Amino acid sequence: MASDALTEGPAADVGALPDIARREAGGWRVPAAAVLAIALLPLVVSPYGIDLVLRIAVYAIFALSLELLVGAAGLVSLGHAAFLGIGAYATVLGSGDSGGSVAWLLPLAVITAAAYALFAGALSLRTRGVYFIMVTLAFSQMAYFVLHDTQVGGGSDGIFLYVKPVLQFAGTTWLDLDDRLTLYYTVLGALVATYLFLSVLLDSRFGHALAGIRVNEQRMRAAGFSTYLYKLAAFVIAGALAGVAGFLLAAKDGAVNPELLSWHESGAVLLMLILGGIGSLRGAVIGAAAFVLLKELYQSQAIVGPLADHWQMTLGLTIIVFVAVLPRGLIGLGQRLRGKAP
Amino acid sequence: MDLATFLVQCLNAVQYGLLLFLVASGLTLIFGIMGVINLAHGSFYMLGAYLAFALAPLFGDWFVTRLAVGVLLAFAFGYLLEWVFFSFLYERDHLQQVLMTYALILVFEESRSLLVGNDVHGVAAPSWLAGGFELGGLMQYPWYRVFSSVACIVVALALYAVVNRTRLGMMIRAGASNRDMVRGLGVDIRLLYRIVFAGGVALAALAGMIAAPLSSVYPGMGGSVLIICFVVVVIGGIGSITGALVASLLVGFVDTFGKVFFAEWSGVGVYLLMAVVLVWRPEGLMKRGI
Repeated sequence: MASDALTEGPAADVGALPDIARREAGGWRVPAAAVLAIALLPLVVSPYGIDLVLRIAVYAIFALSLELLVGAAGLVSLGHAAFLGIGAYATVLGSGDSGGSVAWLLPLAVITAAAYALFAGALSLRTRGVYFIMVTLAFSQMAYFVLHDTQVGGGSDGIFLYVKPVLQFAGTTWLDLDDRLTLYYTVLGALVATYLFLSVLLDSRFGHALAGIRVNEQRMRAAGFSTYLYKLAAFVIAGALAGVAGFLLAAKDGAVNPELLSWHESGAVLLMLILGGIGSLRGAVIGAAAFVLLKELYQSQAIVGPLADHWQMTLGLTIIVFVAVLPRGLIGLGQRLRGKAP
Repeated sequence: MDLATFLVQCLNAVQYGLLLFLVASGLTLIFGIMGVINLAHGSFYMLGAYLAFALAPLFGDWFVTRLAVGVLLAFAFGYLLEWVFFSFLYERDHLQQVLMTYALILVFEESRSLLVGNDVHGVAAPSWLAGGFELGGLMQYPWYRVFSSVACIVVALALYAVVNRTRLGMMIRAGASNRDMVRGLGVDIRLLYRIVFAGGVALAALAGMIAAPLSSVYPGMGGSVLIICFVVVVIGGIGSITGALVASLLVGFVDTFGKVFFAEWSGVGVYLLMAVVLVWRPEGLMKRGI
């Protein structure tokens, strides 16, 4: 940021922050085509490919939920995995041994995650900047240690989800998440719904207020906005959406463990945003896909051979190169190629 | 809890707290002066522990020499690292620094795995520090832990002297309170950064070397230390060495006694402490006091 301000003047710096009105200036055709392509994918790819797409979609929802905080409100949280993990744990604990219905398990996951977000957000939003990063981390670590060290959620081994959630209504089973294809379309539907919800939200008065807070909180307060409540609302919504991702992750994996809440996971989702390019919903989805695919590629024995054992090295070096040459993420690269950005 | 146990726990708390201080002081300086969020700082602690493991056969009982050689190596490593990876990060956004240092953690972990493997190793304490002294008739407190505390206090005093009594320290303090002004006054800020960074790496590595005989040497040992040190830095107030000292001792006591009294809920204690402190003082106990 600072170098931009020096070379292009302060006005350019503000301009570099994505303006809500033209956030998704690329139109709706590309995303719609992408959704259609993904929807048709099960016809051609193997179960392995479906699983990969599933993972990308779940993480995309997770990344989107963080994008509301980081990109829209300018609140960098390093503890977002807590809400993913809490949503997943709520799903598994709520299912018990006999399983449960989507109709109440999903709200349970969302409400539990949102409740913890309300608690953590109310306290951590008192701080700002680097302190905020660290306090959110502290709250996620608290949740991590509760689940890791106590028997509340099966300790460090986690717990299995024996019966996947189903949705039954009037005697018929509408959704059975044990079925891979049903799960696939459910997750895809959830991703589209999250994306649309966030684009509507960011385009609303609320979203504009968040953008205002990100750019100049002082001025927003002077204009009569109670910025704290706006930020808290964003924090809770982001937590709730992460809870949705947690629900889907539990349904996909059929097990949860405390590592879901670890700071590595929180760091990874932040990486997805940065990789994709902060300040755009599309960037969050692209970043999630890029991160999951890169990791998969570097771990694949078939493609990179013996290097697969050292995927951390290759992934790490790739990220370093990204930082060095792509300060605005993959979205920025796309814009540069189309000549829209400097 | 009888008096002897209480005393032993207090000594343990101080020893752990002081060790944390070595890592956290470097982190807080890098944070406060260079404005870099260095997630890879835990890796330098790990580097120290593995250096202790690697150098142990070469030096035998020349323990202090081994520490000195390790510190020099770590300083050189930090100097190089700053030059190659960090020097272009200062003008960038905080998020980019997070991304870059996260990537460095991956690279360091993998290099460690390639060079030394994934086994857990023990490092023997030197024979002249074997055994312990009697405490209350039944308990024995190991000499090595006493050495660890004393060494940390010596380093802390030396750090205090350097920061408050030398020209370099003056520049460091000035850099922590107003970076641009220091640059404006003609101080070679790049060199200052490089020295501060290398010094932070050396401190973390020293902590790792001292801790190696106590905790053994294992993969991923940097991660847990890193997070705890961030807690220390934030409780103490970013950029404040005194704050880091107070906060490390607080964290040491909360962690040690939490394990005694609350067993499986103890992991939460430190983070609860941090949350309470920050709600009370959103910028830490001592903001930029050094």
